[in-house]
Amino acid sequence: MGAKTLGPVRRRFSPWNDPDAKPLIEFKNVIKRFGDFTAVNDVSLKIYEREFFALLGPSGCGKTTLMRMVGGFDEPTSGDVLLDGKSIKGVPPYHRPVNMMFQSYALFPHMNVKENIGFGLKMDGLPKGEIDARVQEMLKLVKLEPFATRKPHQMSGGQRQRVALARSLAKRPRVLLLDEPLGALDKKLREETQFELMDLQMTLGMTFLIVTHDQEEAMTVADRIAVMDHGKLIQVAPPSEIYEQPNSKYVADFIGDINLFEGKVAACADNVIRMESPALGTVIEVEDDEHCTVGEDAWFAVRPEKMRISLDQPAQTGLNVVAGEVWDIGYLGDSSIYHVKLANGKTVRATIANTDRMVERPIGWEDKVWLTWPRDAGVVLTR
Amino acid sequence: MRKVSLFNVASLTFGFAFLYLPILLLVMYSFNEGRSAAVWVGWSTKWYVSAFNNGQLMDAAWVTIRVALMSATVATVLGTAAALALTRYTRFRGRLLFSGMIYAPLVMPEVITGLSLLLLFVAVDFERGFWTITLAHITFTMCFVAVVVQSRLVSFDMSLEEAAQDLGCTPFKTFFLITLPIIMPAVVSGWMLAFTLSIDDLVISSFNTGPGATTLPMKIYSDVRLGVKPEINAVCTILIVIVSMAVIAASIMTKRQEMERQRAEKLAMAQT
Ligand SMILES: Nc1ncnc2c1ncn2[C@@H]1O[C@H](COP(=O)(O)OP(=O)(O)OP(=O)(O)O)[C@@H](O)[C@H]1O
Ligand SMILES: [Mg+2]
Repeated sequence: MGAKTLGPVRRRFSPWNDPDAKPLIEFKNVIKRFGDFTAVNDVSLKIYEREFFALLGPSGCGKTTLMRMVGGFDEPTSGDVLLDGKSIKGVPPYHRPVNMMFQSYALFPHMNVKENIGFGLKMDGLPKGEIDARVQEMLKLVKLEPFATRKPHQMSGGQRQRVALARSLAKRPRVLLLDEPLGALDKKLREETQFELMDLQMTLGMTFLIVTHDQEEAMTVADRIAVMDHGKLIQVAPPSEIYEQPNSKYVADFIGDINLFEGKVAACADNVIRMESPALGTVIEVEDDEHCTVGEDAWFAVRPEKMRISLDQPAQTGLNVVAGEVWDIGYLGDSSIYHVKLANGKTVRATIANTDRMVERPIGWEDKVWLTWPRDAGVVLTR
Repeated sequence: MRKVSLFNVASLTFGFAFLYLPILLLVMYSFNEGRSAAVWVGWSTKWYVSAFNNGQLMDAAWVTIRVALMSATVATVLGTAAALALTRYTRFRGRLLFSGMIYAPLVMPEVITGLSLLLLFVAVDFERGFWTITLAHITFTMCFVAVVVQSRLVSFDMSLEEAAQDLGCTPFKTFFLITLPIIMPAVVSGWMLAFTLSIDDLVISSFNTGPGATTLPMKIYSDVRLGVKPEINAVCTILIVIVSMAVIAASIMTKRQEMERQRAEKLAMAQT
């Protein structure tokens, strides 16, 4: 990824593990219905001060709706939303210390950049001198000083996005809500801006709540990610945990690339789960402290880059090993992805980093290979 | 191919002639020295002078302008409010009926609108005259304004209003600071439409008039029945000039806005 610096080094920050920490935003059993359609279904969630929190999920899963309930544009059908421990139900948007950057930017077309950024401050009745100073500071922050008197339609997409960001930051809100802020940008600008957002959030010490359906973006920027599906929270955890320890097939599948093996739990003892998978012709052992029941249907989930691929038969067969034939190879530059077809017709993916020197015989198409993995490479999922 | 294009040219010429020849004739004869509308005697502006000296004609013109200004303004306020209600509160009960009722007067024969309003004024014993004409004009021009403004509002980005409120603006202020300035061109066109409709209305005014309230179209119509006076031609020419200037101004205004926007967008593209 980018060679850009991360600004101030990310500190060890995990208030969600501290039982005494007071959340800044709290959703309590929030349900939101539109007619008889349930857009948000019984969500309980705590977001802490200075956190960069991402809502991630497929289109239509209720991310925007959840965020709009913080902004005050939608009210929960039942349940409660708290800010600083106080319910904000019924408080109109113009009285909430929260600002939102809209998906469409929603810049006022009849005002220039300065007026757009200063709008919120003017509404607060700040003296003119103070507004000008703050607007200038914001312009500098988003590097738009030469554009102060431009109208929104005289600017490019990326510049408009910066104006929208500056406008929502100008009032120094307790929480900044970002609804797919980078959706309209191309990949390169997007990645740059992600780092700028992280920088900003660090330097301003603010709480950011971002909505996205781009999992890479969520992984890059967020302290914690909430994965949503059909209005429900499926998993809420830091990016590494979401990636390494998904709690369900849904999350495993949604984030990154993963191999899923179906089987039955045969034994669980001493933090080791033993799974039998007749279809694969191997026994799978996984280090996992999750509770499980013997005889339960389960899936073993393992990331392609955790697989080892080899032309030589391993010493021990029958445990964490499957055999197959190379079906396809995708060369990605820094790595290659191997599609290996097993005897039962299933395809397994394994990624090999292209760091080694030339081996005497590279693995090629139709080679017979063995795939192995260590006991701590994957997780057992039961839902 | 040639034949077709010849036919096109012919029909175009004929069409335009049909549309504009009578008007041209009228304008021409308003400058005619002689009394007759059929014989050209010589160039003169004397009918304009005599039109301006004709007290009755000038009174009628003054009534017309006052009615038009007042009714167009009130109709614009009410029509804009109706358009807002119809586009915003899409789920209130009876919306379909309400929107249907807003459009109905557009196609309602003027005779019916005029007559029913007259019946209403008689029923409530409202003294007929300037105010009844004004009220009647508000009623029938309002729906035109509503239609014009509504067509702008459907493409209005609601998140603009939400953004304003998010930044601390009350809904009331939001309307005046954000919504109204953005839909202003449509509101202005609505006003101009209402103004021109009011100026040249004859039927509805005739039904609802009373003593001492004669509008220009009514005056012209009644005078013409006693024979065409060249003075009338002069007044009509002035009317034509006023109306076409309003129309041209409106179209230039929108054209220029559009061009400015396109130029600005090109500039922005070139900058990135
Ligand atoms: N005002 C509304 N009336 C009726 N249904 C609505 C309304 N707003 C949202 N919905 C429905 O609620 C569901 C969730 O919408 P939401 O906008 O929260 O999705 P999202 O996760 O933000 O999706 P996207 O990634 O496409 O923006 C959708 O199915 C949508 O159709
Ligand atoms: Mg959305």
